Amino acid sequence: MDTSGKAYWHAVLKLIGIHLFIWALVSYGFGIVFAPALNNIHLGGYPLGFWFAHQGSMYIFIALIFVFAKLMGKLDEKFNVHEQ
Amino acid sequence: MELQTLTYLVVGLTFAIYIGIAVWARAGSTSDFYVAGGGVPPVMNGMATAADWMSAASFISMAGLISNMGYGGGLFLMGWTGGYVLMAMLLAPYLRKFGKFTVPSFVAERFYSNGASAVAVVCLLTMSITYIIGQMTGVGVTFARFLGVTNEMGIYIGMAIVFAYAVFGGMKGITYTQVAQYIVLISAYTIPAIFISFQLTGNPIPQLGLGGSLSGQDISMLARLDQVVTDLGFGKYTTTTAGSTLNMFVYTISLMIGTAGLPHVIIRFFTVPTVAAARSSAGWALVFIAILYTTAPAVAAMARLNLHSTINAAAKTGGDMYAADASLVHAERPDWMKRWETTGLLKWQDKNNDGRIQYYNDKTKNQAVLDKAAAAGWAGSELTVNADIIVLANPEIALLPNWVIALVAAGGVAAALSTAAGLLLAISSAFSHDLLKKIWMPNLSEKGELRAGKIAMACAIVVAGWLGLNPPGFAAGTVALAFGIAASSIFPVLMMGIFNKKMNKEGAIAGMIAGISITLFYVFAHKGIFFIKGTDYLGLIGGANSFFGITPEAFGTIGALTNFFVAYVVSKFTPECPEHIQHLVEDVRTPRGSKIIGGAH
Repeated sequence: MDTSGKAYWHAVLKLIGIHLFIWALVSYGFGIVFAPALNNIHLGGYPLGFWFAHQGSMYIFIALIFVFAKLMGKLDEKFNVHEQ
Repeated sequence: MELQTLTYLVVGLTFAIYIGIAVWARAGSTSDFYVAGGGVPPVMNGMATAADWMSAASFISMAGLISNMGYGGGLFLMGWTGGYVLMAMLLAPYLRKFGKFTVPSFVAERFYSNGASAVAVVCLLTMSITYIIGQMTGVGVTFARFLGVTNEMGIYIGMAIVFAYAVFGGMKGITYTQVAQYIVLISAYTIPAIFISFQLTGNPIPQLGLGGSLSGQDISMLARLDQVVTDLGFGKYTTTTAGSTLNMFVYTISLMIGTAGLPHVIIRFFTVPTVAAARSSAGWALVFIAILYTTAPAVAAMARLNLHSTINAAAKTGGDMYAADASLVHAERPDWMKRWETTGLLKWQDKNNDGRIQYYNDKTKNQAVLDKAAAAGWAGSELTVNADIIVLANPEIALLPNWVIALVAAGGVAAALSTAAGLLLAISSAFSHDLLKKIWMPNLSEKGELRAGKIAMACAIVVAGWLGLNPPGFAAGTVALAFGIAASSIFPVLMMGIFNKKMNKEGAIAGMIAGISITLFYVFAHKGIFFIKGTDYLGLIGGANSFFGITPEAFGTIGALTNFFVAYVVSKFTPECPEHIQHLVEDVRTPRGSKIIGGAH
């Protein structure tokens, strides 16, 4: 396995890319651009697009940060660059 | 006990706690003063960051705005929380590894230039001072409303309190005080919301109540609200956007990257012990922020429905709101309306002389609504409600006990004070550390630097207090400018410093200047040069929102794009970034070898 700084950085960028894609999808996608379409689906009393803008995107943001922190921690250990 | 006495007691008690903590945690060294010696655990740091970040604007006016805007108000919710994702992934861990405790000192070293640092200091000071003026005004308004003193007196009291714990305590004092302030402000926000959610939907959790059904009825809360507001000619609550979809899109981006570029929030992530802690710390901050931010839309929608139900009995049951006896008789209005009428923030004018209150959108383009109103003998909407009273009046509307109302007052003050203190710290470190020590007086001792920082804070408090006493026509424009500046100058320069190791000082300086200039140009065109009335130059740019219908509040996004573009082009035509800086950037990208940030830097 390539454990150089370059490979580590590529892995980091890939991880950031995936998380930012989800970040943009739930807020700009589901919360704004696709909200009118999603509003036809209901989550309890919530129209779904409205829910993403007023509630859902925030919950997903929190989950994203913790998942990212955890995966980055694993990546650091895999490439042996973690703090001692 | 009487409301006034109780309010004095609760606000006084919380103050005693804040000052007590500041004295207990007095700063010893410069690193204690700026970053609490690098030893604040992530959960506590998260709470303090949350208090720091949630200002009087979040606490007092956001729910009111959402209540008026409906779905479109979600841009504040997504915008002001989404920035933390960017911060956790793109900035916090790398800046923590870099081991500097201010934003300009990162810029100075990464771009091997005191010039770049000076430009960053100017951006930071402009942003922080404009932001803090609004906070001081907020302190004044809250004090004036709840303690029965004049606005000026409220600002003087606020200045004295902020001075006491920001100047004597430093970061360590502020961090622990802000933990206390967070607890006060979050209780003040959620307790009334829980009561109201339970009253309306039978579900005590506001986030679930908002999506629940009305108590004893077979219809969801939001469906009823949609029906009531559209019947009265307002935009449908769950679908009305803020301007065009494009505007809502760039507005959200501007708030997100503005948040990620706020120096007084970034500085928080230098106070955690490790790089790994910097990543999770942003998550903890967001957890504590989201408790308020996910409650806010429930407060907004429920307050809107409660307001309509109070004024029109048919709104509650889904009956005919245009029926003769549906509107509230003015003489029978509840006490809270009388109290707010005396402040002038709630006004009634009996246009059709029937002694009843009619509240609807008389400017609607929906002819059916206008016809119904005319048939019912309505002669225009008779009630004006200032959006800012929603959160403050909420416990009164729901007839909650006096201690809850007193707690809300303490919460509003906590929100304004904690943000003001954090901003003052960013101002003080930028001035004494980055300008004085690094550029003007390199021989300054640690003691001298500390003293200069405190003097800078005192000056900033006086300037902000003075501007708060004589507001040059600011309000929402001030907040927009603060975010626009952070979004268009600080966020891009930090991003490029970490993710583009070839970015050189010429590119960074040109980018910051271009980004902030174009943003200020567009904002001032709408709001006047430095917000002075009558100096706006809309004619020059071809009318309001002339740039693709984008409002000045949302323009930070365009400023940021300009910044990135100009920086990239300039860096291609100027000498490449030196080899040792490129190695430095590579080193910053890995957590190994991070150190506790000490005072020696």
